[in-house]
Amino acid sequence: MGKHHVSATVNGDPVEFLCETRQTLLDVLRDELNLTGSKEGCGSGDCGACSVMVDNRLVCACLVLGVEAEGRNIETIEGVAQGEKLHPLQKTFLEDAALQCGVCTPGVIVAAKALLERNPDPTETEARYWLAGNLCRCTGYDKIIKAVMNAAEEMRGA
Amino acid sequence: MGKEEQQLKALDKGKYRYIGTRPVRPDGVDKVTGRANFGADLKLADMIHGSVVRSPHAHARIKSINVDKATALPGVKAVVTGADFPMLSPSDRIPGVAPLSFYDLSRNVIARDKVLYDGHAVAAVAATTVAIAAQAAELIEVDYELLPHVMKALDAMKPDAPLLHEDMFTAGVEPKPTTPSNVSKRVAFTLGDVDTGFAAADVVVEHEFNTETVHQGYIEPHACVATITEDGMASIWCSSQGQFMVRAYTARVCGMEVAKIKVVPSEIGGGFGGKTTIYLEPLAVELARRAGRPVKMVMTRDEVFRATGPTSGGHAHCKIGAKKDGTITAASLQLEYEAGAFDGSPVALGCMTGFAPYDLENVSIVGYDVVVNRPKSAAYRAPGAPVAAFAVESTLDVLARKLGMDPIALRENNAAKEGTQAAYGPKFKRIGFEETLTAAKNHPHWSAPLGPDQGRGIASGFWFNIGGNSSASVMINEDGTVIVATGNPDIGGSRASMALMAAEVLGVDIAKIKPQVADTESVPYSDLTGGSRVTFATGKAVIEAAQDAVRDMKERAAKIWEVDVDQVEWRDGKAVAIETDKHQPLSVADIAGMAGKTGGPISGKANINASGAGPGFGTHICDVEVDKETGRVTVIRYTAIQDVGTAIHPSYVEGQLQGGAVQGIGWAINEEYIYDADGRLENSGFLDYRVPVASDVPMIDTVLVEVPNPGHPYGVRGVGEVPIIPPLAAVANAIADATGLRMTDLPISPPRLLAAIDAAK
Repeated sequence: MGKHHVSATVNGDPVEFLCETRQTLLDVLRDELNLTGSKEGCGSGDCGACSVMVDNRLVCACLVLGVEAEGRNIETIEGVAQGEKLHPLQKTFLEDAALQCGVCTPGVIVAAKALLERNPDPTETEARYWLAGNLCRCTGYDKIIKAVMNAAEEMRGA
Repeated sequence: MGKEEQQLKALDKGKYRYIGTRPVRPDGVDKVTGRANFGADLKLADMIHGSVVRSPHAHARIKSINVDKATALPGVKAVVTGADFPMLSPSDRIPGVAPLSFYDLSRNVIARDKVLYDGHAVAAVAATTVAIAAQAAELIEVDYELLPHVMKALDAMKPDAPLLHEDMFTAGVEPKPTTPSNVSKRVAFTLGDVDTGFAAADVVVEHEFNTETVHQGYIEPHACVATITEDGMASIWCSSQGQFMVRAYTARVCGMEVAKIKVVPSEIGGGFGGKTTIYLEPLAVELARRAGRPVKMVMTRDEVFRATGPTSGGHAHCKIGAKKDGTITAASLQLEYEAGAFDGSPVALGCMTGFAPYDLENVSIVGYDVVVNRPKSAAYRAPGAPVAAFAVESTLDVLARKLGMDPIALRENNAAKEGTQAAYGPKFKRIGFEETLTAAKNHPHWSAPLGPDQGRGIASGFWFNIGGNSSASVMINEDGTVIVATGNPDIGGSRASMALMAAEVLGVDIAKIKPQVADTESVPYSDLTGGSRVTFATGKAVIEAAQDAVRDMKERAAKIWEVDVDQVEWRDGKAVAIETDKHQPLSVADIAGMAGKTGGPISGKANINASGAGPGFGTHICDVEVDKETGRVTVIRYTAIQDVGTAIHPSYVEGQLQGGAVQGIGWAINEEYIYDADGRLENSGFLDYRVPVASDVPMIDTVLVEVPNPGHPYGVRGVGEVPIIPPLAAVANAIADATGLRMTDLPISPPRLLAAIDAAK
């Protein structure tokens, strides 16, 4: 069984990789491209720790096959900061102590960024429902939601 | 917050320069950028992958294991079974309230003659790819002889119940039993005489309670990478709550010397007690030994649910008697906890904590530790306490209603305070339970109006907090920056609190301090991260190590100035010569820069066994709305109040309260292990084992009451455990307020509550 040759764009850069049919996009990101910021918490799309953007659509990378990345534009947590400049969400997550262990944080930030790109002024309820697919067991979500709301405010002002 | 606490807090704010501030955590940027490396993120050259064969049966004898087909599969490099590990002796155990049996640990890591639960590891295989390893695992043939299984504590205690261990005789009963049973031990705590106390009561209430197995639910599955050289030197990279724990336990299970194992802690993606033991590490070491290559093992979520954690479900019977004025005259509690397949449920801790918030004269508490065909229970945040508090705090709520008393007033009437004799042994020193009740009473939440189908509940909780062995090194770099190295994984922001305490002692800005979680060969031994001990005990070590560095720096300044060391004072991060203005103050950087001329490198160290942990108390207020057509409960407002001693980094203290409260809410209304008739777990994924999601919960308001712990230089009390204790009853009491229904079984899931609503019609 041969491997598939896939060409895609990851965080703005053209990449090529070989993958088996069974490998998920998450496997490819982590194991083939060494982008381990996306985490595997469940492998079944229930926890959101592997949230990434595929052609500007928020998905769980564990539910997408690597071969499906062909020709697509993939954005991961590693592409959220621009050089030395953190994204407003990354800053508010730090300032508002919106992480404890930090393993859900990459997925939450990718998902929250997708929210704010669609809805720059979400209500608390909208933020909570948008992030309902991202499990966090440490924080009780309070500081995460506050950080998202604060980032939204900052981004609207920017 | 009481006036006294406000004053105390104001005083403390003036007293400390860094403590009580909210700097960005030192490891923060790595964690918001995806750079932080967790257990599954390491890749080594030539690394291969391990997979575990697990029992599909709840209880069975292993007749034979045939690995031939697996071994023959191209790409398979090693296979191990229980026969490849030394058989330890039943006497190889550490006794105590939370006993640890290496004999059981070893048989839990990999089964020997019997499998005792669905998910019990039977064999492990390593292959060049994850896929080949999984395929090979399926080729391992295990011939089982099925045995009858038992899943619930009360069933397992029956005389005709299937026996898990033929060599288990109940400890703690006289005369010593001559027949084996599933009850590993009975524990009892008595104060005064309950018969007299109940006879003196005007009102007596009693209820029975049932709870289900729940899982810690950390998002990061267990993972490790192990290597071992031909001369037997192993290295393990893994996610755990204690690198020294992993080293010690792996050494025992593999029959190795401690010095031959180096454990490097990765970042840990949540533990909540569930990573205070080992599962994969000995398998990875032995596979690596046979393969001669690094072996990586990562659990699936299904494996996490079936084979790790969880914490005990059980049964409780609580009885409380009181005078009409609300004075409790007697209280009794009986607990039966499901330990899982091996003994060691936290039942003793449940017994000790249940009534601890109250000053009682007559108390009787009995607990039973019962083995059942479920995964071996592991610690989960305040182990044992939430279920006991669910029983006690629910019963108190019934009592308050019967007496026509405000539930806070009932608790105030009986609250433990400084000097109170706790039924489990000690007399309390300065504690802040009453202050949490006062804060609850004065909080706007307590008097806010409620809408239709809404109800409000209150409940309290107690946790000991612990100290233990900790070490710390404070290394002064040549430019005056500082490394603080400790041996405790940072599970929720402890690097920040270590840096803050070091900054306070040294008088050095927090930005110049870099806290490190070091491997087992770079710092002396530390007990694991748990029991809410790190900020207290390891913090104490950091403080002492920083003081040691200050002492050294004062000596260096004295040398430079050619004065007596008692002529040198440490002030705001500088050595200052007293009684003279001849010498300019010397900063840390000045002294560090001249270290070579004054005696060499500068560092401070402390190796301590910290005592003086201050107990923590919390009181939670919960509002719920009940959908009477579906039985669904929504928590609509929540306030967590806790005596936190001194909040070193208040944001992360608040975070502990918020996270613990939401885990407790999940325990109360969502979470449970569901087994089929054959004892197979039916909901081993996050879709069906539903932890609270963001849209399930409201903001969690917090009130940090600060009654400093006299046993810590800065008044620190552990804060992580307490917040999971009150929510179970706080939610149930709120549901009772909303519906008039006393729900005694958890979780109070929609079908269960709907059935109760329908039955009451």
